[in-house]
Amino acid sequence: MTKRLIGFIASLIFTLAAFFVIRYQMPYAIITLLILAVLQVTAQSIFFLHILSEKGPRWNLHLFISTIAIVIIIVGFTIWIMNHLNYNMMTM
Amino acid sequence: MIEDDTKIFGFWVYLMTDLIIFAVLFAAYVVLREPTDLFQLPLALAETLILLTSSFTCALALLSVHRLQKNWTIFWFTVTFALGAAFLVLEFNEFHKFVQEGASWQTSAFLSSFFALVGTHGLHISIGLLWMVVALFQIGSRGLIPSNISRLMRLAFFWHFLDIVWVFIFTVVYGMGLLK
Repeated sequence: MTKRLIGFIASLIFTLAAFFVIRYQMPYAIITLLILAVLQVTAQSIFFLHILSEKGPRWNLHLFISTIAIVIIIVGFTIWIMNHLNYNMMTM
Repeated sequence: MIEDDTKIFGFWVYLMTDLIIFAVLFAAYVVLREPTDLFQLPLALAETLILLTSSFTCALALLSVHRLQKNWTIFWFTVTFALGAAFLVLEFNEFHKFVQEGASWQTSAFLSSFFALVGTHGLHISIGLLWMVVALFQIGSRGLIPSNISRLMRLAFFWHFLDIVWVFIFTVVYGMGLLK
């Protein structure tokens, strides 16, 4: 019960922080929002999905981490490639 | 228990492949993104808070499952269902308003990718709600027997996963879309 409540309150704080960053157009907004999202997802994975309290060889956690790596590769490299494509097409 | 762990792991593998589907949709969205004044912060915040609360009540439901408290399980899953349904209603209204304003999925590549990403999440929520109705009937008819407990654990995983995906939709679609 306490664990889940901590997760909920932490998630609420991160959500409201993101709200204020957007509402008042704070500096470094994009990076701040991404950090808040990562913090929130970490909190929910620990307190709701109990990703760290797995018994035995922790297959779920290993798979989770490798999937995050795949996601970063897909999204990060897509942005990278498409931005360069844009840049190279500009002289046309 | 060993068999249950295998089922949970198998379901976890499915969730991770689902995460890759969302990653591809996010990649498409980020590439096709255009400046827009369609999004409203209060609505996005309301959707986020509703889904976050439903994820919390779902965690409480699973806690009741492990404590074998049948009535609390039914209560918390019903609350989760109601919040999920409220979220879906808000999202449908939002989509309807966009289409009314001439911003449908046929308008531009940006809007196609928006509806594909947010719509896929909404579809998952709808399936989660359907699953929750089935689960409530199963608890009602046979109680918290081991096979039902295992199913409810997977349902809870699915629901938490959807909230995690939404955190990124809120951040990337609404958050970054509303920054000037």
